Amino acid sequence: MSELLDLNLVEASKALKNKEISSLELTKAYLKSISDTSSLGAYLEIVEDKAITMAKESDKKLIDGNARPLEGIPVGIKDMFCTKDIKTTASSKILENFIPTYESTVTQNLWNDGAVILGKLSCDEFAMGSSNETAAKGNVINPWLKNKKMSPGGSSGGSAAAVAARSALAATGTDTGGSIRQPAAFCGITGLKPTYGRCSRWGIVAFSSSLDQAGPLTRTVSDAALMLNSMAGYDQKDSTSANLKMPDLMDYLDKGIKGKKIGIPKEYTQNGISEDIVNFYEKSIAWLRDEGAEIIPVSLPHTKYALPAYYIIAPAEASSNLARYDGVRYGARQEASSLDEMYELTRGNGFGDEVKRRIMIGTYVLSSGYYDAYYLKAQKVRRLIKEDFENVYKKVDYILTPSTPTTSFELGKKQDPLTMYLNDIFTVPASLAGLPGISLPVGLDKSGLPIGIQLIANSFDEAGLISTARVLEMSAGFNFIADGAAK
Amino acid sequence: MNDTSTLKLGHIQGETGIWEMVIGLEIHAQISSKSKLFSGASASFGSEANRNVSLVDAAMPGMLPVINEFCVEQAVKTGLALNAKINNVSVFDRKNYFYADLPQGYQISQFTKPIVGEGEIIVDLDDGEQTTIGIERLHLEQDAGKSLHDQHPTKSYIDLNRTGVALMEIVSKPDIRSPQEAGAYVKKIRSILRYIGACDGNMEEGSLRADCNVSVRKSGEEFGTRCEIKNLNSIRFIIQAIQSEAERQVDILEEGGTIDQETRLFDTSTGETRSMRSKEDAHDYRYFPDPDLLPLEFSESWVQDIKEKLPELPDSLKKRLIKDFGITSYDASILVEEKDYVDFYQQAANGRDGKLTANWMITELFGALKKDNLSFLESPITSENLGELISLISNGTISGKIAKEVFSEMMKSKKSPSEIVKEKGLEQVSDDSEILKLIDQVISDNQDKVNEYLSGKDKLFGFFVGQVMKLSQGKANPGVVNKLLKEKLK
Repeated sequence: MSELLDLNLVEASKALKNKEISSLELTKAYLKSISDTSSLGAYLEIVEDKAITMAKESDKKLIDGNARPLEGIPVGIKDMFCTKDIKTTASSKILENFIPTYESTVTQNLWNDGAVILGKLSCDEFAMGSSNETAAKGNVINPWLKNKKMSPGGSSGGSAAAVAARSALAATGTDTGGSIRQPAAFCGITGLKPTYGRCSRWGIVAFSSSLDQAGPLTRTVSDAALMLNSMAGYDQKDSTSANLKMPDLMDYLDKGIKGKKIGIPKEYTQNGISEDIVNFYEKSIAWLRDEGAEIIPVSLPHTKYALPAYYIIAPAEASSNLARYDGVRYGARQEASSLDEMYELTRGNGFGDEVKRRIMIGTYVLSSGYYDAYYLKAQKVRRLIKEDFENVYKKVDYILTPSTPTTSFELGKKQDPLTMYLNDIFTVPASLAGLPGISLPVGLDKSGLPIGIQLIANSFDEAGLISTARVLEMSAGFNFIADGAAK
Repeated sequence: MNDTSTLKLGHIQGETGIWEMVIGLEIHAQISSKSKLFSGASASFGSEANRNVSLVDAAMPGMLPVINEFCVEQAVKTGLALNAKINNVSVFDRKNYFYADLPQGYQISQFTKPIVGEGEIIVDLDDGEQTTIGIERLHLEQDAGKSLHDQHPTKSYIDLNRTGVALMEIVSKPDIRSPQEAGAYVKKIRSILRYIGACDGNMEEGSLRADCNVSVRKSGEEFGTRCEIKNLNSIRFIIQAIQSEAERQVDILEEGGTIDQETRLFDTSTGETRSMRSKEDAHDYRYFPDPDLLPLEFSESWVQDIKEKLPELPDSLKKRLIKDFGITSYDASILVEEKDYVDFYQQAANGRDGKLTANWMITELFGALKKDNLSFLESPITSENLGELISLISNGTISGKIAKEVFSEMMKSKKSPSEIVKEKGLEQVSDDSEILKLIDQVISDNQDKVNEYLSGKDKLFGFFVGQVMKLSQGKANPGVVNKLLKEKLK
């Protein structure tokens, strides 16, 4: 069994195609692993029967020689993706019994390419959070540091924990301000947020429409490339989806970075970053230089305004996006004697504190009299941040930053929302600019927790992002396995 | 002392002087589109409740709007027909409020950057005068669903069929000065919409509704505080509601009160308006650009293509009818009111007496349809048949009097006039020898009257004409009868 779990996605895919293993045995190994690691709380819903059925179908295709790109690969799906006939709750009580009659475009793309669903993964409620602690069904535990209860990060905490714990070969996530990259960093895995518009948002529970973007969480850069190959694609059903063909990312794995220019933004190395992260950041710079890249100091002067702007724009959109959860058509309804009272009770009971906090912030910043001072100003800041990146990309090809200011923290330790929001300080700017970013593990800190480094590319340059990340991955040679991972 | 009969329309005589109305209209026109503005669901009217509802309309989690290009084209077409500025870049905004028949919790509309900007139209008034009314803007938006509160003692029922149906909101400038002008303005907008096919203009089915902003002032003063009367669905109600609202405001002001800016409803049973919600209760809609939709952009050449395909519009058509058919301005404005009227008229009058055709259409046909309670499209008389009738009159086959008889038969049987004339033997007799025979008979039957006439009683001539006509059962050509009688009785 453990040998099966040792295979990463690319290796497993090769073994499947060479008929060395079957999807059924691989899928069963992962189902067992899910049960062995159930104390982590990564899964909200396990669809064993469906997984077995899909694995058998994949095996048929594999035997017939009709294997598709992800044939027989068992994956976990963040609970933000609507899955047909499978409960989809966005980790919220308000959707606790919601079963969609439709399949999100991204997950449909995965099934069309032969992937096998294992189940739905926990996340922060409506993807609002950085520790997975806002999930209605409770915390997810990071598989690292078995003796302590560490946060897997958020909001894609279940996805990151499952991949790190080897209870999914790969997982989908969504990233609004860092929700793929930060948990990937905390859990010692790779997380890729594509360019805004690369993956369709159709069928993904909306948090902040102008920022939300789906992406993969995987063990390696090449695994991420293979997953994104299938997830991405133009979709007429999403007006913000980009009608641009993405090249086959697998072709870019070994392109190297000779002569490429890597920007080091001075604003990302100031205060509050843990020493170990600074060390590994410097090491990463050195590794890339050694591989032939030119290292160029750059400035993204509006970086310090990114977080405040993000915490205006994202809640503003969320306050409107979440208005549909009103108890009228679906979801948990609290009966009451008037419509307004029904709204108050349904939404009061259905949403958790963090979601309520953001709905209130969002409602406030859009209110008449405050709109110009907050929402409009935040949009202006967003434009400036975008321009910062555009200017820098005239000089460099990629930007290298730490993924997070600290490594994972103990669950229940960060209660102050503002401190929590600081987790996303390095991931939010790329989100506001719509740029693709990847976090990959480069080492462990003194306490044995993984450290993630982020690469940010120009719009729609996922191919270059993969090439560069792959070089960093090889140099770092990160081959630690979480002590809480399935054996 | 005050003679109200000399008051201008839209003026109200108060104790303190004459008040003038200031009116602005927001017309909501449903776009004639098979599917909704942002979803593929059917936009048809009259389906069973909640049949035309897609996942997007029901605002299921993760559903996204996609703009219906046909609707955009209709808005541009309408903008061009209203002589308005087309904005090649416009933005969809969310108007946020909670209501049970608004699944998304917001309506997608256009707030700061509408698809169509300022324009103007010429409005024909009943007295034959014309006035120009400014258009402030036109924007695209979604309709909401329907709440039914009278189906159950404690529950409300929701029908989402209308949810997401495409509307154009056409906002006028506050240029309107009387209820009648408001009515004429709505008529003109409806007529233009029907010409270009952007909206069927059916007010009974709710395809066209108006919100009326009404205030009053003394001539030359600043605008007063306005009230908005919501959701009026007939021109008659628009006129009544504005008149009654303006009178209410004058009463308050004359008693030294002030007008509260508020939203009001028109009660069709009392003919008065009543308060719906005050300004304080007004929603803060928290408009912001819809992040699910990109700004709406189109090229100038696309707009030009639409412009070239626009049909001839009522104003230019009216001028052409007057020029080509020699009809009066009044008749022409009635005929161009509806595209169907003009099409019918042009077919019927083609190559015939235009004035006579207009008379028959407006007086006889419209009158008969009204009497029989039929819509124009249900007319039993086709344009070909009316034209044929005009020809029969013009070439002397039948007299005007017989024509009326034929016309009512046409209304009943849908037969062509020549068929009816033939069947009933109604052809006019113009043949000299035929008529002379009749004259001879009348003379021999009335020898005494002939003598009287010959001895100077000229007035009896009419009697002889009448007798001949009677004998011919009205078919004798009166001109010929006159001429031959005169010769015979010399």
